Parts: sequence; C-alpha cells; structure tokens
Amino acid sequence: MGETILEVKNLKINFKTYAGLVQAVRGVDFSLEKGKTLAIVGESGSGKSVTSNAIMKLIPQPPAIYAEGEILFEGKDLVKATEKEMTKIRGNDIAMIFQDPMTALNPTMRVGKQIMEVILKHKKAATKEEAKKRAIELLDEVGIPFPEQRFKQYPHEFSGGMRQRVVIAIALAAEPKILIADEPTTALDVTIQAQILELMKQIQRTSDTSIIFITHDLGVVANVADTVAVMYAGQIVEYGTANEIFYNPKHPYTWGLLGSMPDLDNDADELLRTIPGSPPDLIHPPVGDAFAARNEFALQIDYEQQPPMFQVSETHFAKTWLLHPDAPHVPVPEAVRKRIEGYLEKNDETSIELGKGGE
Amino acid sequence: MAEKILEVKDLKQHFGTIKAVDGISFDVYKGETLGLVGESGSGKSTTGRSIIRLYDITGGEIKFNGRNVQDKMSSKELRSFNKEMQMIFQDPYASLNPRMTAGEIISEGFEIHGMYKNKKERRERVGMLLEAVGLNREHANRYAHEFSGGQRQRIGIARALSLEPSFIIADEPISALDVSIQAQVVNLLKQLQKERDLTYLFIAHDLSMVKYISDRIAVMHRGKLVEIGTSEDIYNYPVHPYTKSLLSAIPLPDPLSEATRKRIPYKDEEPEGELSMHEVFEGHFVYATDEQIGRWYTGKKVKLQ
Ligand SMILES: Nc1ncnc2c1ncn2[C@@H]1O[C@H](COP(=O)(O)OP(=O)(O)OP(=O)(O)O)[C@@H](O)[C@H]1O
Ligand SMILES: Nc1ncnc2c1ncn2[C@@H]1O[C@H](COP(=O)(O)OP(=O)(O)OP(=O)(O)O)[C@@H](O)[C@H]1O
Ligand SMILES: [Mg+2]
Ligand SMILES: [Mg+2]
Repeated sequence: MGETILEVKNLKINFKTYAGLVQAVRGVDFSLEKGKTLAIVGESGSGKSVTSNAIMKLIPQPPAIYAEGEILFEGKDLVKATEKEMTKIRGNDIAMIFQDPMTALNPTMRVGKQIMEVILKHKKAATKEEAKKRAIELLDEVGIPFPEQRFKQYPHEFSGGMRQRVVIAIALAAEPKILIADEPTTALDVTIQAQILELMKQIQRTSDTSIIFITHDLGVVANVADTVAVMYAGQIVEYGTANEIFYNPKHPYTWGLLGSMPDLDNDADELLRTIPGSPPDLIHPPVGDAFAARNEFALQIDYEQQPPMFQVSETHFAKTWLLHPDAPHVPVPEAVRKRIEGYLEKNDETSIELGKGGE
Repeated sequence: MAEKILEVKDLKQHFGTIKAVDGISFDVYKGETLGLVGESGSGKSTTGRSIIRLYDITGGEIKFNGRNVQDKMSSKELRSFNKEMQMIFQDPYASLNPRMTAGEIISEGFEIHGMYKNKKERRERVGMLLEAVGLNREHANRYAHEFSGGQRQRIGIARALSLEPSFIIADEPISALDVSIQAQVVNLLKQLQKERDLTYLFIAHDLSMVKYISDRIAVMHRGKLVEIGTSEDIYNYPVHPYTKSLLSAIPLPDPLSEATRKRIPYKDEEPEGELSMHEVFEGHFVYATDEQIGRWYTGKKVKLQ
C-alpha cells in the first residue's frame, strides 16, 4: 500500500437548524493515498459535500458543529487547526472544485484576473506577464475556445459548463497536493468531460496529486477511481476498489444505484428501476440500519441495530447485516447481475468472480 | 405527426460578438420529448431561455401554440404564457431565493394564478409535489440554503410542475441528482407526460438518460444545430462527426471498458460552400455542405461501434 496523505476518522458533523439538529455526517472513516483517486458516490443529501467542505474547514460554525472525529493531513489534525493555518493549507496544499461554480468565482472580476491571482498567490509564476500566459494556457487546457478573448470576460458571460471549467483551471493553477473535486464535470458535455478527466489524470501522474472525486456519474467513477466510497445518510456504507464495487457489490444500496442507471439499450417503454421510498430524516436518524426502510432484503435486526463494517477482502468493506455469517443468503439482484456479467464478458474477464450478497 | 406546439425558425441570439445561438430551426410536437444535447457553451441554455422569453432575440422567430412569443402580449396572455410554459433552471443554487422556504418557493405561483382555494389545499398540494420529487412533506418549512445541491434541484422541479404547465423546458434537470433519484425524476416526468400530454424540451449531458427519455434528439455545436433525428437514429446511425465524437465519449459504469476506452476525436472543419440541413434518412437531418454530406453519408445506415 502507498503512503497515506489524508485520513478521516470517525468524522461527525451536525447542523443547528430551526427544525432541529441535522446529523449530516455520522461517523465517516476513509483514507486517501498519495497519487490515488478516491471517488465518493451516494444519495443526494448523504453528506458528500459536507464531508469535503469539512476537510477544507469551509463550513460556517455555527450552524455547523464538528461533533467528533479527526481529519489528519500529513499527520496534522485539521479539525484543531487555526484559521490562519487553514488559510495556508487551502489552495496551496488542498484545493477544491466546488459543486456550485459561482461560489468560487467573483462575479465582478474578469475571469482571467481571477486565475492570475491564484497563480501569483501560490507563486507559480514570478511576473504578471508569466501569470497571464499561464492563465491563458490553463483556459486552453480545460478546453475553452479563444482563451485570449475569454480571459477578459466576466463569469456571467460564460455558460454553466465554461464557468465550471474556469473553477477547475483555478484549482489546478495552485498545483495542490490534494484536489477535492465536488461534481466537477456534471455540468460538462461528455467530450469535454473526458478531456478534463484526462487532464486531471495527467496532472496526477506528473505531480503525484491525490484526488477526492465526488460524482453521481457511475461511468465517471469507473473511469477515474482507484477506490470508491458509497455514502448513504451520512455514513459510508461500502468501500472498495473500483473493480470490487462495480463487479462485486455487496451493499443493497450499491445494488440499487447500479440498477437505476439506464442502459443505452434500455427500452423506452419500461420505467427505470428506482430505490423505493426516500432517505431518512437526518434530524431523527433511525436507530438501526438507515437504509432498512428502503431495503427489500432488510432483516429484523436492521430495524434494531446498526450493522458494523464487515470486511469482504483486504480492501473491500460493507456495512450491511447481510454479510453476517448467520444472515440468510441473498444474491445480487438479477438485473444488476446480468449487467455485471455482460460487462465482464465483453471485456473477456474471467478472473473476477461476481460474489453473492451474504456469504 | 402530431401538431406542433413550438416552432423555432432561424433563431439567433448574439451577445456582442459571441454568437451563442446562430440560426437554428426546429419544431417540437405536442406530447413529445425533444432532447437537446451538445457541447458545453454551444447555446443550449440560451435556446431554452430565448424560448421562454428571458431574452429579446437577435433574429428569427419562435412560435408557441402558433403565436409568436416575441409579440407584445396583453397581461392576460402573458399570465397564460407564464403558466403554460415553465423552465427548470440549470443552476439550482442561483435560481432559488435562499430566504424563502421550499414551501413558499413551490407555492409562489398559486396566488397569481388563482389556484387552490385555501391555505390547507395549497399546503396539501405542496406536500404532494415534494413527495413526487422524492422529498418529504416536512421539507416544506426548510430554507433553500439548507438543502444539498440535488435537493435544491428537486425543489426547482416541484416549482416547475406546480402550475401544471403544458410545456416544460428542463435545463439539466437531473444532472445534480444521484442515479436512483434521477431514475425517480425521469419516471415521474414520463408518467406526467403520459397522463397530461406534457411536452418537454430536455437539455442534458447524460446521453444515456437523454436517449431513454427522448423521442427525438437535437445535437448542438457552437451555436448551430448540427444533427436532429429520432433517438434510435441518432444513437445508432449518427452521421455528423461531432455527434459521433460525443457518443464515443459516454462513460460506462464498467472500469475495464473505461481503462481501454477509445474516443473518436473531433476537429472542426472549415468547409467551403454553403451549409444547410440535409435529410439523410426520414426525419433525420444533418447540417453540412454538399461536399461534407458526400463524405459523411454513404446512403446506408452505418452503425456506430
Ligand atoms: N447549512 C446547512 N444547514 C442545515 N443542513 C444542511 C446544511 N448544509 C447541508 N445540510 C444538510 O446536510 C446533509 C448533507 O448535505 P450535503 O450537501 O453534504 O449532501 P450531498 O451528499 O453533497 O448531496 P448532493 O449529491 O445533493 O450534492 C443534507 O441533508 C443537507 O440538507
Ligand atoms: N448573458 C450572457 N452574456 C454574454 N455571453 C453569454 C451570456 N449567456 C451565454 N453567453 C455565451 O453564450 C454561449 C452559449 O451559452 P449557453 O449557456 O447557452 O451554453 P450551453 O450550451 O447551455 O452550455 P452548458 O452546457 O455549459 O450549460 C457561451 O459562449 C456563453 O459564454
Ligand atoms: Mg453535494
Ligand atoms: Mg447550459
């Protein structure tokens, strides 16, 4: 195993709201290796953005409360770091691409100037001229046509996807050790997306950058991730290598995710598969497994007690009682199994064994 | 074919020197879903925003139910237009007022349009809409800024549905959602379409979802509409090299395929001669010069690998 650059341990974040205390992140553990990409996927509202903003200490307190846990960056606990220390770390060591590009952009400042500022601040260029040249290069690298002209425009003159690319350019300008990218390519068409993913991988190779990549797009996850964390209701419910998650998923929520994607040959007349019900209220999270109410395979114990993380392999973990030795045997649902088998067959892959739900 | 609900003719929307939309024409038929895909910055949102009258257009004509939308409307006509046509905006952060609760946002139009008699009926309706988009009734009292990105997007969808429009422009309505909720929202949109004969202009980047939801698909590139046809045709037998490039870049939830993915690169040509729409198969048009069409189109349906 490689060198760990970031370790999040039992992180719990709450929000004080008028309606009550929202337990947005409920005990998250993961580690990020140097030069690797961890993808975080999961339910909307499951705490992906809060977790990543928490690493940057970018959630306002109040309403946010760091209730418990540690965020160890190169051994130092960021939860305890002062604002002054964080200012040094942000952008320099850890840069973030926000889900909402407008929070990162100043609407009244020309786009080019905003990129130049970052370049100069992090001393990636000595003179203004150099910084300008580099800024235009970056705009070009993220696929913005006519970068010299675009350099002089304001954010509102850019399309949604172009703004997002500016934010990406700014994050890359700092050449950070860790890049946290929250839905960085969601607003982009697939060709530009592919271009950006290639750019990120190239930068990762040359500067050994570690990446946390949050996305809903399982195709993108398959493209970029070394490891994958699946989140549900403020917790990581499955964790493993990309191959383990895509070809041998163990958690019923992961099955649900993999089953909901349309195939390119999905019949337009049939409805897509969905996960029934809605996620739990995080003001009053359920006592047992948070996914139980929506899980067609839920056991009695799911309503009473939270499952621990069961270990499936050296690198693969899942938080479901179905993995308990005494649990009944529940195979991967037919539709998901067929799809996985189709992929494995297409790739002539026989060494990966599609496991069963509850061995 | 069914009757046309929307006719766009030679629409141009320029911002200074930027020709965001540069002479595009298409029709939308009642009850269908037209998917609009294409390069980021190619003018998809601008097209949607022009149709819903957010801009004075630079040129061309937009007709909704046979009426030119740019014409001056009486306040009654305007009210009806504003009810019949709704837009789900691309940016769920910018399009919701953070000082309003989800319930207030969703029920905002009820008053103006005299819908639902009393508070109780309105509250009930808001609750139903929240549930329809996969949120809880209790969410009605929370403020917009207390929601995650995907949750906000669903509030935007509930708001668009609240006035029971007949035509919805959905600009990236699902890209901020996780796949299971995407599926839920898409099923909901489909179901509503069946029940109420709704028509959608569905702008999105997720091509597998677009293919699934759309009857026809239009592909935009740099302000032009470069190809339009049935979903089946566009996906299986694309003719324009940009469409081919786009389709070759759809990522699959399959790490092994992704590791060996080969994209078809696209390079803009600077063609000589006049560009126009060529019908290559029935109802399937490609924007090209005569010379280009001769090169790109063999006369046979060639399946994209
Ligand atoms: N400022 C806030 N006040 C109160 N609750 C909040 C606040 N910010 C986030 N939350 C809540 O915390 C939970 C996690 O939100 P988060 O933004 O991390 O979700 P997410 O996993 O990133 O979702 P999405 O995929 O939709 O972006 C949600 O239930 C959300 O409502
Ligand atoms: N208000 C404006 N002022 C100036 N230029 C604008 C404005 N709105 C859009 N543009 C420009 O028009 C072009 C088309 O933008 P539009 O938002 O329609 O693209 P899009 O196809 O929706 O892209 P995306 O997929 O990234 O959302 C872009 O070049 C953009 O910079
Ligand atoms: Mg988020
Ligand atoms: Mg757009």
